[in-house]
Amino acid sequence: MHIKSPRDFWAGLMFMGSGLFFAIWAIAYYQMGTAVRMGPAYFPTLLGGMLAVLGLIVFAGSFSLQGTPVPAFAMRPLILISVACVLYGYLMKPLGLVAATAALVFVSAAGGHEFKWREVTVLYVVLMIFSWAVFVKGLTLPFPMWPEALGY
Amino acid sequence: MEILHNLVMGFGVAISPIHLFYCFIGVLLGTLIGVLPGVGPVATIAMLLPITFNLSPTAALIMLAGIYYGAQYGGSTTAILVNIPGESSSVVTCLDGYQMARQGRAGPALAIAALGSFFAGCVATVLIAVAAPPLAEVALKFGPAEYFSLMVFGLVAATVLAHGSLIKAIAMVVWGLLFGLIGTDVNSGVLRFTFGIPELSDGIGFVIVAMGMFGTAEIISNLELKDKREVFTSKVTHLYPTKADLKAAWAPVLRGTALGSMLGILPGGGALLSSFGAYSLEKKISKNPEKFGKGAIEGVAAPESANNAGAQTSFIPMLTLGIPSNAVMALMIGALMIQGIAPGPQVMNEKPELFWGLIASMWVGNAMLVILNLPLIGMWVKLLTVPYRYLFPSILVFMSIGVFSLSNNPFDVLIMAIFGVLGYICVKLECEPAPMILGFILGPLMEENLRRAMLLSRGDPTVFVTKPISAGFMLASLILLVIVALPAIRKKREEVFVEEG
Repeated sequence: MHIKSPRDFWAGLMFMGSGLFFAIWAIAYYQMGTAVRMGPAYFPTLLGGMLAVLGLIVFAGSFSLQGTPVPAFAMRPLILISVACVLYGYLMKPLGLVAATAALVFVSAAGGHEFKWREVTVLYVVLMIFSWAVFVKGLTLPFPMWPEALGY
Repeated sequence: MEILHNLVMGFGVAISPIHLFYCFIGVLLGTLIGVLPGVGPVATIAMLLPITFNLSPTAALIMLAGIYYGAQYGGSTTAILVNIPGESSSVVTCLDGYQMARQGRAGPALAIAALGSFFAGCVATVLIAVAAPPLAEVALKFGPAEYFSLMVFGLVAATVLAHGSLIKAIAMVVWGLLFGLIGTDVNSGVLRFTFGIPELSDGIGFVIVAMGMFGTAEIISNLELKDKREVFTSKVTHLYPTKADLKAAWAPVLRGTALGSMLGILPGGGALLSSFGAYSLEKKISKNPEKFGKGAIEGVAAPESANNAGAQTSFIPMLTLGIPSNAVMALMIGALMIQGIAPGPQVMNEKPELFWGLIASMWVGNAMLVILNLPLIGMWVKLLTVPYRYLFPSILVFMSIGVFSLSNNPFDVLIMAIFGVLGYICVKLECEPAPMILGFILGPLMEENLRRAMLLSRGDPTVFVTKPISAGFMLASLILLVIVALPAIRKKREEVFVEEG
């Protein structure tokens, strides 16, 4: 067997995997009920089964229909952008807005094509002032500004 | 005359200072993101949704609507001057608009795009006012079976009009429906697919999914490309089109408006499909089609009118049926839900000031947009010189603040990042994220209506084909699927999207 369309091969696998997961999980843990009184498992099992079948069709097609290879993943922006967002969320409560925004701006900017310390620092200061003025002052969102440990 | 009475009431709402202000903010932001390539209306509206908590429902919707149709104006500016579509719906405007700019006719191209859009906006506003009430009237009679079939039809239409493989698009819809089911089951109170994580018991926030799939995923994709821009700033000298230009453009504007209005109403339609359809139509009926792609003013006038008309008429199914026809409308429904309003035909009767105020605000907003786009064009052109490396960290800051502020929980930001990665993978595998978002918002609704319909019919699934309206939707869905699956049409559809991309 030769994979002719790698994109469909992986997409098919992805759909089959998640379809089966939803269906099996629903059957294992929730009540099925009847068509008249559907239990919590009924609809997810139906949909999960559908997704698995659709995935199978896409998967099977990848061996016969000519397709294009999966383009390379840009790992650097993928990782840095995702990490930057997560850092922002988890640093907000313990360290405050000032530190969280710094983490987000510097880490995400490192995922771009060029990283110049001066430029990114200026951008950070501008965004920090803007966030403070609009969200903390203007919309009065309850964000801490500074680390909890400092006692502000 | 009831419509007239209602419109007058709507204008009363729309021109109150507070609503004028939010309308202005909306169209201003819309133009801004329209001009900036790589920032779309979906991500922007998702970013602003948390802020609308503090607004009245009417102000919130007026502002968010302004962003969508405003983006259609701004998108043309970038397309004409830089040959980069600011919005995906401006892709075809690049073909002739940029050629006009290279011939030193950037001014007339911009003016025709703005005036055509304004005309289309006016027509679409009237169309919504006329068509929405009778549609809502019909929709009020819908039972669960009809609603379920309508949603099936909407989702099928959305997949048919999506790019690429039909089966993958359907799979994405089903996947979205499944993601939508995560959380507490309303009928039994059982926690489904929450894996013991308390944050998941209310389900995954729609805004969070949309921001991940469209926001962070898009930024990551954009960062793969080098940014190179060539701006024709100095060339925008005379703005006003000549008599010959106007003579050539009026008919395409009319046709673009008509086609755009129709395609906008279709589920899965909206600005993108409209602009493309209008361009193909003009090329087909033109006496000298060889002019197209070399700076034909018809090639700017028609798609730009059509995308604005389509952007506005896509509100019709959302306002009257409570069914989103595209991802932007799904966000509008999200905005209504945040405000505690159940979207559907009852909105028009229960919240007339919201309904008619929104419609009237579209006309007001369109008038503002002409002023924003023609005399102030220089300002927008300057904005184009802002490099993407300043933009994307700023966008990330707004998205993260927005998501975090939903419930002050870092877990939401984590979910956004996860859906960002998933969205990026989907793009790489040529799976469109838009159908998934529609499925996501319709998941719980579909299950609820399916359950009710089956309960009422005592478990008889034929209820969906024995009730006439429901049968009609099911038949229409089937016909759509069969048509698209036919080899001849499939080939044509692929051609269409290849040309578009």
